[in-house]
Amino acid sequence: MNNSFNTSGFALPGFDRRLVPLTATLVLFFAMVAFGAAAYDGFFAPQVFLNLAIDNAFLLIAAIGMTFVILTGGIDLSVGSVLALTTMAAAALVEHAHWSPWLAMPLLLAGGAAFGALQGFLIHRYRLQPFIVTLAGMFVARGLCYLIDTESIPVRDPVFVALAELRIPLGSSSLSSGAAVAILTVVVALWLAHATRFGRTVYAIGGNARSAALMGLPVGATLVRVYAMSGFCAALAGLTMTVYMLSGYSLHAVGLELDAIAAVVIGGTLLTGGVGYVAGTVVGVLILGVIQTLVIFNGTLSSWWTRIVVGILLFLFCVAQRLIEGGAKKSHEVHR
Amino acid sequence: MFALPLFWPCLTLALLVMLNAVVNPAFLAIAWRDGHLYGNLIDILNRAAPLALVAAGMTLVIAARGLDISVGAVVAIAAATGALCVSSTGSLGLAIASALGAALLCGLWNGLLVVAVGMQPIIATLILMVAGRGIAQLITNGQIITIYYAPYDFIGNGFLLGLPFAAVLAVAVIVLLHALLTATPLGLFIRAIGINPLAARIAGVRARPITLCLYGFCGLMAGLAGLIISSNVKSADANNAGTLLELDAILAVTLGGTALTGGRFSLAGTAIGALIIQTLTSTIYSLGVPPEVNLVFKAALIFVVMLLQSAEFRASMRALAMRPADPEKGIPPA
Repeated sequence: MNNSFNTSGFALPGFDRRLVPLTATLVLFFAMVAFGAAAYDGFFAPQVFLNLAIDNAFLLIAAIGMTFVILTGGIDLSVGSVLALTTMAAAALVEHAHWSPWLAMPLLLAGGAAFGALQGFLIHRYRLQPFIVTLAGMFVARGLCYLIDTESIPVRDPVFVALAELRIPLGSSSLSSGAAVAILTVVVALWLAHATRFGRTVYAIGGNARSAALMGLPVGATLVRVYAMSGFCAALAGLTMTVYMLSGYSLHAVGLELDAIAAVVIGGTLLTGGVGYVAGTVVGVLILGVIQTLVIFNGTLSSWWTRIVVGILLFLFCVAQRLIEGGAKKSHEVHR
Repeated sequence: MFALPLFWPCLTLALLVMLNAVVNPAFLAIAWRDGHLYGNLIDILNRAAPLALVAAGMTLVIAARGLDISVGAVVAIAAATGALCVSSTGSLGLAIASALGAALLCGLWNGLLVVAVGMQPIIATLILMVAGRGIAQLITNGQIITIYYAPYDFIGNGFLLGLPFAAVLAVAVIVLLHALLTATPLGLFIRAIGINPLAARIAGVRARPITLCLYGFCGLMAGLAGLIISSNVKSADANNAGTLLELDAILAVTLGGTALTGGRFSLAGTAIGALIIQTLTSTIYSLGVPPEVNLVFKAALIFVVMLLQSAEFRASMRALAMRPADPEKGIPPA
């Protein structure tokens, strides 16, 4: 699909066209930070930036899983619900069933991965559209939340509380346990995407699934693994949120999948698959975080401006993507 | 008979209604009260109306290989615009016009992104889905606008000829739409675009303008649904009006036998699909199950329908059914 991404014909020799969206994202991020630093006192402080990682840890983890799914040309709409289900299940297991957190946490991570793997299997084996399968998955997970409890379950377990209070000092400022997990996830994801056979297969499938299969790459197994990974990331994000909020609630993370997709797109990953970087997603999440921080620092803007600005950014990046794709794929009609 | 396109949706609906009738014998009763019909079935008709309208618009978009996941947000925008207009000017006509106008603009915006910019439909409409509720909150200034205006109330709660006005409106729109699609070549064009957009264009179908209009129409339907919903609850809530409506609409479309891959569609099927979803909701209430569990039932429905539509699944089921066949019969005559 994306064989139009050869470097020939691009004005700057030696500059890969694939890096254009990522560069644009980085420029945007620094521009926003510069604007914030110029406009507001106290904006350019280390803790403000560490707070970006702390407050968006779960979004970052979920968006990392989403990046791999989108790189294969798919989409996963179930992450927000899986995240909420994990918070609910964690709270119910630890608080109501009195399980040890050290038993509950691995079990929930495995559960998230299994949930994703099942979706991936349906998508691959029966050639179903990813969006409709994961949409149904979204319903299932959200419905299961309500089955556990319709009310919020507070978490008072000492392990979760200790994790919530844990601060990793970093110079004069500090990082939360959730942010540390998110950073670790990013490192693992970078390694997976750029240094393993799995990562190369993901890019190959996104480029052209049929060619990948003809080359003898394990397309089916990789697709199942990618969705399993997204489910795992969603569950990990759920545990992070349980620690962050110290509660399980069925209405946690409503619409998080949209933010995750937005972060991936703003991070320069093409929705048609095959082109994109994990690092871009990190910047995408940071941009969403900076928008929120700017709205807070401004003080007079209402919270809904965040959504509108995210929508506008999404629009600009999608248009830019089309322009970059341009040329070879010009006359493509309405297609999904 | 099994091959009739509407057989399965009708059967599902009939089974659901029968289940209800068994659990609650009064379910089928329809009475005449206060000058209009009254009963569970009438209530279902009334509540299914906004969904049926949105799903009708969605059917055409999906038939032309598109998708609109912004309808929930458009409902919120239309409800907010209508409510603001009616509370500030007191004019019903102006309120309806502004709500429908705003919704039409939203739909055309989606259509432009798909047709002119060439984005994937799911992404093009995702933009409005993300920004839409923010825009709706901007219109209502973050408040829930309550509406105390009797004529506006009529849209969602009034009765025409003894039937709920919203249901009459939905039926009228769907019947008119059906007539339009069958009396003109439009239905054929939409099928052609859905089966192969490029071939349709080469064959002389004006695919781009038609697709643009379909998105506009889908937005318009969402606007109509927004008016009904806001009138029904006498308020416009930017956060909660029409939440998950896009998913219900896609489910209704799928249940009605429209192929998600485009080309094959049935408006009547979609209407039945909307009724199935609303009946399912009522069933869950009458069974005393927590209403939130509804989501799991809907998901189960999606899985079943989507697997039945998958050629690969049918093939593997057929293979499974053939395998235990008698080995003697399996040997071809020499």
